[in-house]
Amino acid sequence: MDEPNTDVIQGTLDMLILRTLSLRPMHAFGIGKRVEQISRGVFKVNPGSLLTALQRLERAGSLDAEWRQTENSRRARFYSLTRAGRKELGLKTEDWTRRAAAIARLLKADG
Amino acid sequence: MRVLTNRAEADRDLHDELEHYVELSGAERVAHGSSHAKAQRDAILEVGNMTVAREELRAEGWEHLVATLLGDLHYGLRRLRRDPGFTITTVLILALGIGASTAIFSAVKPVLLESLPYPEANRLAMVSDVLKSGEPLPLTFGSYLELAKRSHSFAFIAPVNGWAPALIDGGKPEPLVGQRVGADYFRALGRAPLIGRDFQQDDDRPHGPHVVIISDALWLRRFSGDREIVGKSIRLGYDQYLVIGVMPRDFENVLAPLAEMWTPLQYDEVFGPQSREWGHHLRAVARMLPGTSIDAARAELNRIARAPVPEFPRVPWAALDDGLVVTSLQADVTRAIRPVLIAVIIGVLLVLAIVCVNVTNLLLARSVQRRGEFAMRSALGAGRTRIARQLITESVALALLGGIVGMFVAELGVLGIVALSPPGVPRLAAIHLDGTVFAFGFAITTAIGVIVGALPALSSAAREPHGGAKESSARIIGGNRRTRGVLVVAEVALALVLLVSAGLLLKSISRVFAVRLGFDSSHLLTMQLQETGPQYQDDSTRTAQVDSARYWLYTAALDAVRQQPGVKDAAFTSLLPLNGGIDNYGVHVERDADPRDDGAALRYAVTPEYFGVMDIPLRRGRLLDARDGAGAPRAVVINESFARRKFAGEDPIGRRLRFGAEEGDWYSIVGVVGDVKQSPLDGEQPDQIYLTPTQWHWVDGSMSLIVRARGDAASLAPSIRSAIWSVDRDTPIARVATMGELADRAVSDRHFALILFEAFGLSALALAAIGIYGVLSGSVTERTREIGVRAALGASTRSIVGMVMRIGMTLTAAGVLVGLIAAAVGSRVMVSMLFGVSRVDPMTYLGVVLLLGVVSAIACALPALRAARVDPASTLKAM
Repeated sequence: MDEPNTDVIQGTLDMLILRTLSLRPMHAFGIGKRVEQISRGVFKVNPGSLLTALQRLERAGSLDAEWRQTENSRRARFYSLTRAGRKELGLKTEDWTRRAAAIARLLKADG
Repeated sequence: MRVLTNRAEADRDLHDELEHYVELSGAERVAHGSSHAKAQRDAILEVGNMTVAREELRAEGWEHLVATLLGDLHYGLRRLRRDPGFTITTVLILALGIGASTAIFSAVKPVLLESLPYPEANRLAMVSDVLKSGEPLPLTFGSYLELAKRSHSFAFIAPVNGWAPALIDGGKPEPLVGQRVGADYFRALGRAPLIGRDFQQDDDRPHGPHVVIISDALWLRRFSGDREIVGKSIRLGYDQYLVIGVMPRDFENVLAPLAEMWTPLQYDEVFGPQSREWGHHLRAVARMLPGTSIDAARAELNRIARAPVPEFPRVPWAALDDGLVVTSLQADVTRAIRPVLIAVIIGVLLVLAIVCVNVTNLLLARSVQRRGEFAMRSALGAGRTRIARQLITESVALALLGGIVGMFVAELGVLGIVALSPPGVPRLAAIHLDGTVFAFGFAITTAIGVIVGALPALSSAAREPHGGAKESSARIIGGNRRTRGVLVVAEVALALVLLVSAGLLLKSISRVFAVRLGFDSSHLLTMQLQETGPQYQDDSTRTAQVDSARYWLYTAALDAVRQQPGVKDAAFTSLLPLNGGIDNYGVHVERDADPRDDGAALRYAVTPEYFGVMDIPLRRGRLLDARDGAGAPRAVVINESFARRKFAGEDPIGRRLRFGAEEGDWYSIVGVVGDVKQSPLDGEQPDQIYLTPTQWHWVDGSMSLIVRARGDAASLAPSIRSAIWSVDRDTPIARVATMGELADRAVSDRHFALILFEAFGLSALALAAIGIYGVLSGSVTERTREIGVRAALGASTRSIVGMVMRIGMTLTAAGVLVGLIAAAVGSRVMVSMLFGVSRVDPMTYLGVVLLLGVVSAIACALPALRAARVDPASTLKAM
């Protein structure tokens, strides 16, 4: 394998987006960048999946979106977390932590 | 949702967001040291094909599905507009199929599928007597009375008889259709008058009160819906009748759809064997007790029929030896028309099948023509399902257009059917295009849309995108052509079945008209007269004076009619051939000792001119004449069949017979005349007895006038009517018709079926021709190059025409073969409608095969000639 696998673990993209947006509203590119930075390049987000996921989360009511001016006065679509989104993030984090811990235990267990 | 309401804005947002992403991504790459151009390209690569990305984003959510659908629809309609020939043909064919089937379904639904418009209609039954042959026979009052008293199956049972009152309310008397009924008639049906009261037992007794209940239609027409009519008297003939009730508007009288007035039957419960109470002229309608099944009721009545008791003596002609016929009212009402309607439904389903096949064929041909377009779309990134969906959308759009036009066709069709339908069709008033029928129409529309849409979609989705881009894809087109060939074979087969049905009906009707009626039916005008005056009175208080007054009316009317210009001669008869009437009497011949040898014969009380007017030939002895009047020795003339059957090898002249087994006057047979058909559809010639009105026990209160005209009979009607009214201006005249019209009416249900089947058959023929033409025409187009090469290599015009014709005629022959088998098996459904022709009549089948052969040869010839004109030079150049 020439390059390490940078795909986002299946089913976790929504959680990553919600987590990223829980700090502050961002536009799509910013979200992707941030995920890449914080994961130190382990995850790279495919733009197609990202935009689709954003639209899906917006439709589900977890996100709000609005057009704003960026610092360099470009029109950009900024996403922010709603109350429902925050609650969703809590549930998803709890669920993930529980499952990740279980996997870690399984991998550590001897014979 | 914005996607639907403001698609452009939604798209712009999407576009802006993607562009913004690419821009930021590119800027970042530049910051990391890439060249500007490379950064831009990488960024775009990362996002992927912008269009695909956008499509993917759009595909989220149901709004996009609807948006795509609308897009498809819009595009589809644009395509259809660009090809008006195809669109109009397809829509018209669909409209024909949908419209015809909706119209037929509308007409048939109230008769075959809906229960009768009475509460718990499944508890209603009809009881009638039966002939040895199993044919139902009207019930006698004597039998009715015995059954009513002895059976325990019914909550209510009521006898029903026809009635022809004449309403006299200033101006000319208006003849009405009415019914004389038992007191429980309306209770049996489960309906009651809206205003006023129902009949009570006390109304239904001999010499009871003159009371009537009238229909809502008559109430509105003649009494302007005045509620005060109840309790008032109206004049019917010379008698005053008290109106006691008005039936509700939604009351349908299925036993006599035209009846507008009801009065109690008022028969006597004490009667001798010679009285009318032993005449076969009643029907009985009954409401079974809750929980009693029709089978149980039938079993009980047949048990009673086979076990006579002394309290209820019977006469030989109503001995009930063969049991009774007990059917549900629904079955009774629809009995005559049911086979016709079932055949018509099957016919229209065949038409619908041809329509589906034909439209599929058209769409297949179109999808072949459009393969370049699909290849292009598929190369531009359209998925296979996307193309299939586009095709289905187009088909559904076509089907919906066809459905809308079809509804107009259906509306016209229903009007046509009601106008054409034979007089015997029950529940005509209930026929209309209702919601269910509309739903039915749209259901078939969409079903056809999806079915015919799926086939071409499947065949085009099966292709690889690059295959179509190449000029020809022989394998696929070959498969397509095979499918279309099979469809054409199906069309030809279906058309053949319909044409054979129409042919058999046509032949049956011509056979009916070819039946020797036994008299000359041309130039004959007939009409029915009823006496009304107090001098004539009604049967129950008959006296010699009444009879002579009646007889005076008939003879005076006859004299007046004979003096009219254009009238050759005229006569009266109590029973008019071909008008559907029957007047059977038990006949006992003097020589027979055993009453079981007694037969039944039709009685004709005729004025002596009758034989001359009708042109009935004398075979032996003499005709009736002026000598055979009141007081003279009683004389009868019988028909040939009766003479042959009863007096084989002997001379019947001088033998004596009487009506009724035990008592009554003897009549001497003075002559034998030729047989006359009472109904042209009679299988067996009935026995007939002619006598003069003055030698019968009474003079009939209603007789038919027959006039032989020198020229056109129908045009004489007004002058004859006024001649009769010059004798008695209150005489109601009804049922004016030429003998030809009566003959038509006798076959009206077959005629109705024939007209529909002719329409079905011709549509099917046209559709099959279009199908053959379409397939061959498409095939010639596809094979232009091959044909050009053949021509260049020296194939003659004749051999090329022959080649194309051979393809078409092979398909036709295959279709004919399949169709012949189907018709031979399927015509079993029609047997009851055929007359004098076998359902596998070879001439009919041969004729239809020839017709189909000629039409399909014409349909083949056009593309074949086009093939012959293919220019080899230009074809070779194009290669």
